[in-house]
Amino acid sequence: MLSCVPHMKECNLVKGAIHSTESFGSVDGPGVRFVIFMQGCSMRCQFCHNPDTWNQTSDHLKTADELLEQALRFRSYWGDKGGITVSGGEPLLQIDFLTELFQKAKAAGVHTTLDTCGAPFTRDGVFFEKFQTLMQVTDLILLDLKHIDEKQHRLLTGRTNTNILDLARYLAEIKKPVWIRHVLVPERNDYDEYLVQLDTFVKSLGNVQRFEVLPYHTLGIFKWEELKIPYQLEGINPPTAQRIANANQLLHTQDYTGYLQ
Amino acid sequence: MLQKEQWTGFKGRIWKEEVNTRDFIQANYTPYDGDSSFLEKPTEATEKLWDALQTLQKEERAKGGVLDMDTEIVSSITSHGRGYINEDLKELEKVVGLQTDKPLKRAFMPFGGIKMAEDACTTNGYEPDPQLHKIFTDYHKTHNQGVFDAYTPEMKKARHNKIITGLPDTYGRGRIVGDYRRVALYGINYLMEQKKNDFDNCGCGIMTDDIIRQREEISMQYRALADMKLMAESYGFDISEPAKNAQEAVQWLYFGYLAAIKTQNGAAMSVGRIATFLDIYIQRDLENGTLTEIEAQELIDHLIMKFRMVKFARVPSYNQLFSGDPVWATLEVGGIGQDGRSMVTKSDYRILHTLVNMGPAPEPNLTVLYSSRLPENFKKFASYISVETSSIQYENDDVMRPVWGDDYSICCCVSATQTGKEMQFFGARANLAKCLLYAINGGVDEKTKVQMGPEYARISSDYLDYAEVMRKYDMMMDWLAGLYVNTLNVIQYMHDKYYYEAAEMALIDTDVRRTFATGIAGFSHVVDSLSAIKYAHVKAIRDADGIAIDYEIKGDFPRYGNDDDRADEIAVWLLQTFLEKLKKHHTYRNSEPTTSILTITSNVVYGKATGTLPDGRKAGEPLSPGANPSYGAEKNGLLASLNSVAKLPYEWALDGISNTQTISPGALGHNEEERSENLVHILDGYFNQGAHHLNVNVFGIDKLKDAMEHPEKPEYANFTIRVSGYAVKFIDLTREQQLDVIMRSAHERM
Repeated sequence: MLSCVPHMKECNLVKGAIHSTESFGSVDGPGVRFVIFMQGCSMRCQFCHNPDTWNQTSDHLKTADELLEQALRFRSYWGDKGGITVSGGEPLLQIDFLTELFQKAKAAGVHTTLDTCGAPFTRDGVFFEKFQTLMQVTDLILLDLKHIDEKQHRLLTGRTNTNILDLARYLAEIKKPVWIRHVLVPERNDYDEYLVQLDTFVKSLGNVQRFEVLPYHTLGIFKWEELKIPYQLEGINPPTAQRIANANQLLHTQDYTGYLQ
Repeated sequence: MLQKEQWTGFKGRIWKEEVNTRDFIQANYTPYDGDSSFLEKPTEATEKLWDALQTLQKEERAKGGVLDMDTEIVSSITSHGRGYINEDLKELEKVVGLQTDKPLKRAFMPFGGIKMAEDACTTNGYEPDPQLHKIFTDYHKTHNQGVFDAYTPEMKKARHNKIITGLPDTYGRGRIVGDYRRVALYGINYLMEQKKNDFDNCGCGIMTDDIIRQREEISMQYRALADMKLMAESYGFDISEPAKNAQEAVQWLYFGYLAAIKTQNGAAMSVGRIATFLDIYIQRDLENGTLTEIEAQELIDHLIMKFRMVKFARVPSYNQLFSGDPVWATLEVGGIGQDGRSMVTKSDYRILHTLVNMGPAPEPNLTVLYSSRLPENFKKFASYISVETSSIQYENDDVMRPVWGDDYSICCCVSATQTGKEMQFFGARANLAKCLLYAINGGVDEKTKVQMGPEYARISSDYLDYAEVMRKYDMMMDWLAGLYVNTLNVIQYMHDKYYYEAAEMALIDTDVRRTFATGIAGFSHVVDSLSAIKYAHVKAIRDADGIAIDYEIKGDFPRYGNDDDRADEIAVWLLQTFLEKLKKHHTYRNSEPTTSILTITSNVVYGKATGTLPDGRKAGEPLSPGANPSYGAEKNGLLASLNSVAKLPYEWALDGISNTQTISPGALGHNEEERSENLVHILDGYFNQGAHHLNVNVFGIDKLKDAMEHPEKPEYANFTIRVSGYAVKFIDLTREQQLDVIMRSAHERM
């Protein structure tokens, strides 16, 4: 089935397991962007709208050169702001491939953005070394903070948030530009108490250029049904305009204007 | 050199030696690269008039689409007396003049064809005067009768089987843009003198067909000019001399256009490129202190209001072909001059600003002549208006300027002609998708089962072989190109003879250059079908008579619209091949043949008449419009789709390559500012690759569905969407057309 599994030593070339690409991305980083969705994620967020990217096995494998060549066909639309964004799935699960892609992109003068939930992050061992290398060729990080509360985070995503918050702190230490994104889910993280905690945390970082509240939506439910995975947010509606406004207010999202420069 | 007191303050020389509006513009306009903050709100007068007009439009819709019709008077430049939007408000109208004596009342125009004119009345519940029937049947021939007197049996059959379709043989061909600015710049008297001079110098005395015809035409133009003066007089204006200020310039220009729409009911009656011209007058008055910005905007608002009122009497089948009662009063802003200066003026802003002051509207068909070198402020402003109203289309000035110069007008949806120098013979389109089926079925029509094309051997194998299909398709296109061009020759000849556009031609140089516009329908489906045959396995399913009526496709194949060269190269091949075949044939009056890939909304009607295709499109389903990729073919997002269309060389389709894309606001950016900015990036990226045209809609599918179900909601009264090359009010479409629009995948990402 698979001719080449990512990260396996017997492969001569590191190939990325790709879910799909989108030639026109305008909300995943600055300007107009080519977005690459990687296959595979270790989180199991209840609100995920792309559960079809969870599984890391894919027969859609591409080299960094192939993907970059494809992306560069859209360079004329990028202007002075746009570029490529790698999203997922969780791109950090394929960090070798990702680093190679970003190195080549930077060599071609392309703006690089990484969209991550941070789950694979650790300050230990080989991963951290690789991550530091990756950071040298990453212009911007879109970091998804799902829940500020450790216990609730585990319930919502199946994983701890300790290393994710640590990633946020590390990025602050190295002054890497970050956009924080927070999916607002009623009955999960849409409580003033949590929002205030999150606000305090994000405010303490200092490298956040933009802070976005993304209202939970139900457009991805059909994918859960197709994959025959029981949907755990059944009956929960998207947040009201009032709650969205409330979240923006408590999180002071308007204050993060670094992205405008 | 001519000197007129009305020209005080105007610079330049050549335009005073000859009729040359372009030279006048270049010598006098003031480029503007500032932002939109100078723009003014509508005046009270504008709001009152616009309210009155909206009330009439509401009544019109309540009455089934027609408010009133003339059943007695044959429309001419001078046929009707004065008319106003509202008698009580007539003092408020800064620009006056209606097609008939009442607003939105449709004129009786029999010269294209008496039956069509009568049917337009009766199908809308009006009874035309029986005398008119007698006159235009027994005493005076029409264009339609002329055409049918000359058509060959094969031409009639081709029309019936819809292999050639949408032909202008029962109504005006349109697409001729008079240089209406000349009325303002020179006044009618000087224009008449010039035509008199042309008449005196027409021919050396030997009366060939060409000379006789030309002499007759100049005489008709001369009389049309005299009639324009009479028409203006009835409104209390003397347009024999040049306009002396901005208000007169706007009014004089409009009278020129009004003469055209009183005499012709062409499928497209464009206004042309007037923004930079009018700005010169407005700027002079502003500098003299005789006009304020508020008054300047009011003038423009009132002029645009008039263009929003243009109506023609149509039959239901015409409206099915061209959804939403369009007239293509196309009007351009923007562009770059030959000398490299931007031609954007404050009046280009004022014109786009009418969409804010009076809300979105399908007419006039506002077109931005785009270049990435336009002032950034203007690009952002236009894009902002697009995002807010979905009422603007964009055309690439950088590919048109080298061909047509810097004073061309768009004469229909997307086709350029040099203003005042050229005219176009509009020629509808050939259904190349059906032609492919003829190639497979040996010339037998898959719908009617008659032997329509030449009786070449059918393809008999189960699986279609690419080389064999291509060989037969080439032969079938040869036949079609010949029949198509010759059918058009008949139509254009008769139109000149029986429905000559004297008013428009009076405002165009006597020594006019003519283009012969043809068109292609079913473009993307041919490309995908050929790609399927080449890269997958396509099995023909035949009926009892051996006609292939369905296809089984095994395997995957590249589709046009994904930036995949394998499919896109077929697209480029198809365009070039068909154009070369057209060019082999003689075209009427030595016109220059061009082609287009634009189908307006007629893609729904064309689709109905076309059988199942080897790309998987089922019989009767709408064809994809214009040069758009097929429904559901685009798998890699908006920009991949744009890249595919951008590969089609404009030079091979000088009549235009239309592309319509709908983007949901959420997919375009987080907020208004980012949406406008991103749209500018899209336009820059697309047009810098040499693409020709883009219609931009910004709304979600939910809004369309809601508007379809609840057309009575006030917010949908003026909800305008761009379709292929023009705009319509969504609620004016038939349900079928609405569903078609909804089906076309909006570029939306979760």
